[in-house]
Amino acid sequence: MAVTVSIPTILRNLTGGQKSVEAAGGTLAEVIDDLESRHAGLKGKLVKDGSLHRFVNVYVNDEDVRFQGGLEAKVAEGADVTILPAVAGGMR
Amino acid sequence: MLVIRRDLVDAMVAHARRDHPDEACGVIAGPEGSDRPERFVPMTNAERSPTFYRFDSMEQLRVWREMDRAGEAPVVIYHSHTATEAYPSRTDVSYASEPDAHYVLVSTRDPHEQELRSYRIVDGVVTEEPVEVVESYMFAHTGADDVPDCR
Repeated sequence: MAVTVSIPTILRNLTGGQKSVEAAGGTLAEVIDDLESRHAGLKGKLVKDGSLHRFVNVYVNDEDVRFQGGLEAKVAEGADVTILPAVAGGMR
Repeated sequence: MLVIRRDLVDAMVAHARRDHPDEACGVIAGPEGSDRPERFVPMTNAERSPTFYRFDSMEQLRVWREMDRAGEAPVVIYHSHTATEAYPSRTDVSYASEPDAHYVLVSTRDPHEQELRSYRIVDGVVTEEPVEVVESYMFAHTGADDVPDCR
């Protein structure tokens, strides 16, 4: 199943500068594995210890996947997946 | 160096004071590649915490889309520290992911003293930079006052 993945500036060095790439998979985990097979290194930026890295936000059809099951979130044919770096920090 | 209009500095400080004792955060968008902060966008701190901030993920998606459509970039990413100096913490550095952005820190630890500093954070390395506050970008860096700005 083909989906479109928007890549943020900070990760475009891994996609040859492309802003958006195609991938396949029925869940976010499958999509990320497929991405990794074409753009090695991406998975390590998105997944840590078997769950989504806290440094990134991932959206499927504009819904934050943290509220859709994380890596198990369903990804339908033709879905738009958007990756953004989380903007966060603080005193500690 | 960060060159920034005074009204934008005032807006960041006012936002930080308003949200104190929680940390405040936001971006100032500007035309991509211009390095010129223009459009002030205060963001919701989803953590509502005095020691941590995180952009609300849905608000961030909307704001990032707006910037994309308008050909803008987050020229300034700002947040406040409420009890410590305006210097990036280890957490700030670990999250910093925009090598072209100016990371502005406002400290609200002193209710009377204004403390605002700017940094570049690239690959985990923090470099403080001078902040030049200007009344208008039109007359910034044009040399002597008697040389008209022709742009």
